[in-house]
This record gives sequence, structure tokens and C-alpha cells, in this order.
Amino acid sequence: MTGVFQVAIVGSGPAGLSAAARAAARGLSHVLLEKTDHLSDTIYKYQKGKHVMATPSGLVLRSDIDFDAGKREAILGTWDEQIADHKVNVKLNADVVKVEGAKGAFRIHLRSGEAVEAANIVLAIGTQGNPNRLRCPGADSPIIQYQLDDPGEYFDEHITVIGSGDAGIENALGLAADPAQRNVVTILNRSADFARAKAANVALLEEAEREGRVIVRRETEPAEVRDAELLLNTRDGQEAIRCDRIIARTGSQPPRGFVEAMGIEFSSPEPGAFPKLSPEFETTTPGIHVIGALAGYPLIKHCMNQGYDVIEFLAGNRDLKPADEPILTAKFAALPGNRSVDEWLGVFGRNVAILADLSVLQLRELMLDSTAHAYEPGEVIFRRNDPGSSMFAIAEGSVAVEVNPADPSITVGIEQGSIFGEVGLISGRRRGATIRAAEPVIALELPRMAALKLLATSPGAARAVGTIAVERQLLQMFGPGITKTDVAPLVASAELVQARSGQVIVTEGAEDKDVYIVRSGSMIVEKQVGTRPVFLSYLPAGSYFGEMAVIDGSARTATVKAAIKSELIRLPGEAFLAFLSRNPGLRERAMKEMSARRATNAFIESRKDGFSGAVDLYSQTAQFLVDNGIGEATDVLLIDEKLCIGCDNCEKACADSHDGLSRLDREAGRTYAHLHVPTSCRHCEHPHCMADCPPNAIKRGPDGEVFIDETCIGCGNCQRNCPYGVIRMDAKPPKKPSLLQWMLFGKGPGPGEAPYGWRKSEAKKQSLPEAKLAVKCDMCAGIDGGPACVRACPTGAAIRVSPEKFLTYTKLAEDAE
Amino acid sequence: MTASAARKRFREDEKRRDSEHVSFLRHKGFRWLWIGIALSGTAALGYALIDQQPRPNGGTWYGYLLGTIGLGLIVWLSLLGVRKRRINPGAWSLKAWTSAHVYLGLSLIVIATLHTGFQIGWNVHTLAYVLMLLVIATGIYGVVAYSVLPARLSDNRKEMTRAQMLDALTALDRQLESAAQPLARGEADLVLAALKQSPFAGGALARLTARYPGCATARARKGLVGTSETEQRVRALLERRLAQLGQIRSSLRIRALLEVWLFLHVPLTLALIAALAAHVISVFYYW
Repeated sequence: MTGVFQVAIVGSGPAGLSAAARAAARGLSHVLLEKTDHLSDTIYKYQKGKHVMATPSGLVLRSDIDFDAGKREAILGTWDEQIADHKVNVKLNADVVKVEGAKGAFRIHLRSGEAVEAANIVLAIGTQGNPNRLRCPGADSPIIQYQLDDPGEYFDEHITVIGSGDAGIENALGLAADPAQRNVVTILNRSADFARAKAANVALLEEAEREGRVIVRRETEPAEVRDAELLLNTRDGQEAIRCDRIIARTGSQPPRGFVEAMGIEFSSPEPGAFPKLSPEFETTTPGIHVIGALAGYPLIKHCMNQGYDVIEFLAGNRDLKPADEPILTAKFAALPGNRSVDEWLGVFGRNVAILADLSVLQLRELMLDSTAHAYEPGEVIFRRNDPGSSMFAIAEGSVAVEVNPADPSITVGIEQGSIFGEVGLISGRRRGATIRAAEPVIALELPRMAALKLLATSPGAARAVGTIAVERQLLQMFGPGITKTDVAPLVASAELVQARSGQVIVTEGAEDKDVYIVRSGSMIVEKQVGTRPVFLSYLPAGSYFGEMAVIDGSARTATVKAAIKSELIRLPGEAFLAFLSRNPGLRERAMKEMSARRATNAFIESRKDGFSGAVDLYSQTAQFLVDNGIGEATDVLLIDEKLCIGCDNCEKACADSHDGLSRLDREAGRTYAHLHVPTSCRHCEHPHCMADCPPNAIKRGPDGEVFIDETCIGCGNCQRNCPYGVIRMDAKPPKKPSLLQWMLFGKGPGPGEAPYGWRKSEAKKQSLPEAKLAVKCDMCAGIDGGPACVRACPTGAAIRVSPEKFLTYTKLAEDAE
Repeated sequence: MTASAARKRFREDEKRRDSEHVSFLRHKGFRWLWIGIALSGTAALGYALIDQQPRPNGGTWYGYLLGTIGLGLIVWLSLLGVRKRRINPGAWSLKAWTSAHVYLGLSLIVIATLHTGFQIGWNVHTLAYVLMLLVIATGIYGVVAYSVLPARLSDNRKEMTRAQMLDALTALDRQLESAAQPLARGEADLVLAALKQSPFAGGALARLTARYPGCATARARKGLVGTSETEQRVRALLERRLAQLGQIRSSLRIRALLEVWLFLHVPLTLALIAALAAHVISVFYYW
């Protein structure tokens, strides 16, 4: 392999493969560099037989290699075959460590010491990154491996696993599982406990340790890898152990550092940001192109299309329309004016302030995820109390906000180029006001994920949205009669504060005078009664606190701390006071609100002597619920175990209402004072499951429910991201015989979720697809009567509540009997 | 979904989130208790005031009326089993059904007794009446069990699921098996017998009382008296196994007590419906 290639493609995932195949078809001199000894490592590492989905289904595939939904093996097989057929110049075991030079003459250095020269580079390395390597002498020893495919293939070895996460523990347990392999397995942990791993894994490891199957060495690090020996740094000095093999599982390094070292700029310092790209995928370093997941496109079809496109661009084809052109055409077809895609992109890009910084490529992608609407004057865009976390941008026209729910005629306008709906996006709560079109309006609706991605990639957009959000939140809080100019000084003095879960914002007895607005997340208010903190109340996003001390100059009467990770707006006390003195009506309202809070405080305090037990119980129950995620919930299933007879009718009803799979586990979960929080979706304000869904299949529905739609590809990210373990991966079961058939003739498995064996064998008989998809509670959306779990509870033990209604003294202290 | 349907659902959801934390007995401020009392009160008042000729009895027009009401109630009450299993859409609540089932079921005591006109004999009519009383008696046990036992079930569980309890036992068994390797033959046999025995062994009586006289783990614990290190370790493990078995058995017992009455209540109901059919047919046949 000598000479200068016209293009070097780094990474042989779907994007890289497609690019290489196009280069081969075009007759471009090329090389495809892959760091492992096989193509498409990410998909290669999927579990055997995994069903790979092909979404979005509307997008046409434009590539020289084929791809359709199917089993991992079939897809990899097709690709291997077609890459060979296209005579692609593949170089395996080529791990790129450094890139030097400039367009026309890049020198790509490989770990092996070799170098490859190319005029252009296409980076298609994905976002997986490289495993962290050991940092001790001997780290390049051949006995070290960074992955364990089959623990069953090693016998009679002394194996050391380094790493205290789930991967390390699972590997160690796997190697020690069968005593017949006679392996001596040691796991090293730098610290004293396994804090990063799942509790279940830690329990299994500790059990294995007690039984002597695995040697666990805590507070121990590798010092030097020698021949068949590993030197350890322990708390009591150095020690050498026999070691034939090392499995290093110490996490991986995101590829950003590697990419930035080539001089490529990212759009922002946020961890979620992507490299800045031209419409031809060229980075800020001329000659280097980025495509695929690293460019922000995690879906296989997108990746393959970009691989094709980038080579076409490099080969000089400037007229190529992106593969998404027909989708955008369809998207804009409903808008009036009969304009072309490029014209519409111009309108949105020019007119909407927050889109100003975007490249055409980014704008196109944003459009793919968003919806363009046209509204007639007077048409309702959304209503107060509708759930919704999307943000709207006005490209043409203006809208009117009904600021007073009692009198729709009082409105405030929002002009062309501005945005609305951002409060729902940021707080995760329902719409605060009804909004109508004031004149013919063209607006872009950005769903939550698209909007968040925009804020992460465009600092200008983030700033603009931040300021508008503070201003609107203040206007909404203080109600009608207050204008933008009134709050302008407050907005200018406002400061955004991040609070981690449990962080104290205001301390009882302190003299500070700032006022806070909860922007996202929630707070709990506590008061020291005797020696114990007593729970006073729960403050959801949108509420404010701290004004009592400002108004009457007193010390803080209670402690406020974050129930979950939250964002607050801090308004300096003086600025707030000045604002109140300019608006005397508000002062009165604030005083009234204060007296209501004072009454609650006084009530709890009056209870503490006579019923200190009740107050304690109430306080601890509230804390227990907050610890179990109620603080970020919008609608959560609780079970009163003083009433629950354990009939599991809730689970059966759940399964029978949704395709035959139960979305709740009644028994699992924590219990305090007979109040049980089962494993079931809390419908979080900011759902963790939404964070990393490649097809954006997780959405918030019209009833406020968080649900997964049919575009789910079964990747399991949401299951891993949910801190409450409420998402399961399972295939849709076959249909059961009817209830009547079961009652009269005993046909089928009866009410509730069918046993696994029945589902499996029946599915095979009916040859149903076995793809495992994510399944979670959708709050029985669209089912008349509401959540089946609650309807089907015979004793009233199962209730679904929202935190702001349930975390109060009357609710928690009341006896259900 | 239309906008108005969405708003209706939002109102319903808000109502649900706002309240509803009451048991089936107190449902809607004892609505069904009051209805049951009103029904029995009216029936009793009618019985006292209406002059039935030749004497109060199931055959007068008032007797027929009470009998029809009673029959209707019994048929409706027996449909709870279907309601519980048929999860169709709609604003029904099983809790409301249970509440009505309890209080209307109790009101049957008054209605059916008045229907008999206090004429009791050795015939199919009285059989139906007695079966009904037995069904109600078992039902009363059920109500008591439902209000007392759930808290005990919850306390015994200690946040463990049934699967976790069994997993804990399996984990202990693995440790026991390896710890018992060095034991002498006799002692090892005791441990093996304990490991071999199913945690569910023992009949219905054992399950209801949580007393397991044939428990091999208890026997092994008693049989292991040595003081060697191995024996002490195995003994400690056996004690933990006994404790874990205790939790499982206690859970089985409470669940059995919560369910055992249904094994009478439901078959008796079926027998009652059969007897009622015979009662109704014979009455009309010999009319």
C-alpha cells in the first residue's frame, strides 16, 4: 500500500462502509481503515441474533451496499460480501493514532507504526470511542485485552479483571461461573466500594467472594504488568500476583479529543456538541470530513446515505440533492405559497433569530425532526394545561398569548422571529397559557429532543432562549398587568443557578435576601423542629421562594433544598424589592401568599407536640417518596400496603390493556410505612429515557404520558438510562384466546401476562417477529376510563398521584382505612 | 384525540391525582353501605307494614318481590369474578364494585330472610337460604382478612419480592453446599436432606399455620452439635436458611389466609346458584 490515496476513510461502520463502497464504485483511489480485525465493530459487538431495525422508514437508502432490517448476522454477512464484491481497499487492524498534514497531503499514523497518505479524510468513527488503556509500565503487554467475548473459552488461567463498573464485575463473574474451567479470577478496585456498579451485580460479586470463587482486591491498582505476573499497589504496599491474562474494563474515552487534535472545531464546549460542518460535511480543517454518529446522525440509514453523499461531493458532484429532499418537500407541501425547499429553508433560517447560527446541514436536520405549521388568524396553537414540551419559532406572522385564564380577551403579543412554548420545554410541565395566531402564521414546532440539540449546538440560540424564558417565567408568575418593561431590570439581574439533588439553596435562620424561581426540577421545604428536620412542602418547577425574607426583612424561616437536579433563577433581593415597590399590587398578592405559607408552618408546628409521631411519619414518608423519584414525577403509581392483598390484578390489568405485557412490577420497589413505590413509570418531567433514543421514539403524549412509539429500534438505551428500572425489553406476545374461552373451556393462559414459555412457543407457531422492543407505561393513553392498574384494584390500594397534590400533610397523614 | 376529549381526560386525571386514596370499605363516603342500609330498611319496613295473606311467605306478592330482588342481587354479585378479569375500557372501578359487593351482599341477609317469612324446613328452598348465609359468612371472613392481613404481608416482605426470597435461599444453598463438603457422612446427609427438600413441601395445613414439623433444615440444625470450625460455619448458614424459610413460610401463610376463604366462597356461590335454580323452578312447577 503505497502512494497517496484520494481519500482515506476512517472507521468501517455503516457510514464508512457506504463511503468506501461509493469510492470504489466511482473508481476513486481509497483506503478504508478499521482498527479491529473485522468490519463494523459496533454492530459486530451486538449480541448474537439481535434484530437490527431500519428507521426512519420514510427515508430512502442511497448507498452501494444494501441494508434492511434483520438479524445482526445477516446484515454483517451482506456487508462483508458486498464490500468484497466492490473490491473495496480495506485495511484491518489499522488504529489511527495521529493525523498530520493538510488537504492534499495528510499523513495518517497508525498504532502499528505504519503511515498512510491521503489527499482527503472521511472520519466515520462513531461515538463509541476507544477503551481506556492501562496507565502503568507494561501497558502494551499482549496479555492485556480490553474486551471479553466468551468467558467460556479460558481454562486453568490466572485472570485479573481491572475495573469496578458493571462490565468488569460481569466479566469476572462470567469467568468464575463454571468451576470446571478452574480459572483463578481476581478483580481489582481502586476504591473501597463498587459505587459505579448496579447493586444487583455488587451483591452477586460479594456472594462470589464469600464463596471463594472470585478474589476481590479493594483499594488496589496495577503497578506494573510483567511476564505472567502483575505487580499491585495495595494499601499495605506492593505485591506481585500470578497473572496469565488481564481484562481491562476501565471505561472508554469519547473520540472528541482525538478529533479536536486534528484542528477540528466543535460547535460548543457542551458534551453533546458536534463538529462544525459545511453542507458537504467538511470540518473546519479543510480536507477532513465527518459523517455518521460523530456528525450527530446515529441512525444506520442516515450514516449510509452520508457515506454516499460525502464521496459524491469529493468527486465533484455539486448538484447532488441530499437524500432527505423528498421528506422536506413533503414537510413543506402543506404550507401556503408554493415555495421550494431551498426557499423555505431560507425563510426559516433568515427570519427566526435562534436559527441564525445554523449551517444549512444543521438546518436541514432540524427540519427533519420538526414540524412546519401554518395557522389561520384566531386559530389555537396550544391551550393552557395541554401537556407539551416542544418549542415554537415564528417564521412569519405573530401570535397572541392569553395571559388571563379567566378573560381570554386579554392578550400579549409575540412577534415574528421570536419563540414560544419554551417554558414547557425547560420545566417539563404543562402549557401555562393558551396561544392563538394573531395573523396568518408560519411556525416551526421543534420537538423536545430537536430543541435541546439546537440549544446544545448553538450557543447563541441557548442564550436567546435563556433570556426569553426568564422574562416569560417572570411575566407568568406575576400575572396580568405586568409588562416586559416592568420585568426588564429583574431579567437583567437574574442569574441561572444549577443545583444538584439535595443541595441546600436557602438555610433556615440565614440572613441572605435573594429570591429564587424554580426553572426546572423541584424543591422541598424543611423546617427544623426540635432536633429533626420536618418536611413542610414541595415546590414544583414554576414556583418561587425566598420572598418572605425580602418583604419583611426577617431571617429565613425554613430550609429549601433541591429534591432532584434542578435549575433555579436567582433574583437579587434588592432588585426584587425595587420591582415590588414599583408594582404595589404585587406586594399585596405576595403578602397574601406569604400568609398562606405561614399558616402551613404554624399548623405543622402546632402539631409537633401533641402528634409528634404523626408529624415525624409524615415528614419521613415525604422524604422517602422524594428519594424514590416522586420529586421529578408527574404521575406515579403508589400502593398502600395496608390495603394491598397481593392479588396482582394491577399487573394483569396492565398486561391485558397493552398487548399482553405488564409494564409494572408490583412487588419490586421500595416501601416505607406501608407506602410502596412499585417499579412503574413516574412520567418524569424531564424523562431520563428520552436522553439517548436514536430514532427519537420516546415522546410525551396528549395526556402528559411519556410513551414509546412504533419507531423503536430496540437498542435498549432507554432501559439503561431509566434510573427506576421501569422499561423492559420484550417481543410483542401473540394474541391470547378470549376471556370467555378461558373461563368456559380453559383455553389459553388466562388473564394477565402469559408465561414466557407460552409466549415463546405460540410466537414460534404463528411465526411472529421476535424483535425485542422497549415497553413501558403509557398511562393507558387513549383508553377510556384511565389507568387500568387503578381501575382494576379491588381494594383501593393502587393510586396514581402527582407530587404537588400528594406531598402535603393532609394527603400523607390521612388514613385510608 | 380531539381537543375536548383531551381536556376531559385531563380533568379526570386531575381528579384522580387529587383524591381517591380511600379503601373499598370507605369508598365515596360509604355510599354502598348507605344504599345497603336503605334497601334492607325499606324491605323490613314493607314487611312490617304490608298485610300479607294468608301469612308472610315467599309466595305472596311481597314475597315474590323480595325474592326477585334477592335473586337479581345474587346473580349480579356473582359477576364480580367476571368484572375482575375483564379489563375493558370504560370508567368502571373494581374498588367500587368490591364496595357494592360487600354492602349489598350483607343486605341480602335481611332481604332473603324476609323473603323466607321465617319458614325454615328440610327442603331445597331452605338449602338455598343456608348456602347463601354460608357464602355471606365466608365473605365476612374475607372482609376481615382484607383489612387486617395486608399490613402484615407488607411487614413480613421487608421490601423483598417473592422471587428475591427464593433467590436468597438459593444463594444460601450454594454456600451451604460448599461449606458442608468437609463434614462427616451423617452430618453431611442431614445438610443434603435440607437442601433437597422443597421450600414448599408440607400440606395445606402447614401452609395455613406456617408450622412445618417435617422441616429438614430444622432437623439438620438440631443434628449438628459439633464445635469444629466447619460445623459452626454450617450451623450459622443453617440458621440463616431457617430464617429465610421462615420469611417465605410466613408470606405463604398470610397469602393463604387471604385466599383460603375464596375456596369456599366461590364453590358455595356456584352451589347456591344451582340451588336457587332448583328453588325457582320447583316453585313455578308446583304453583
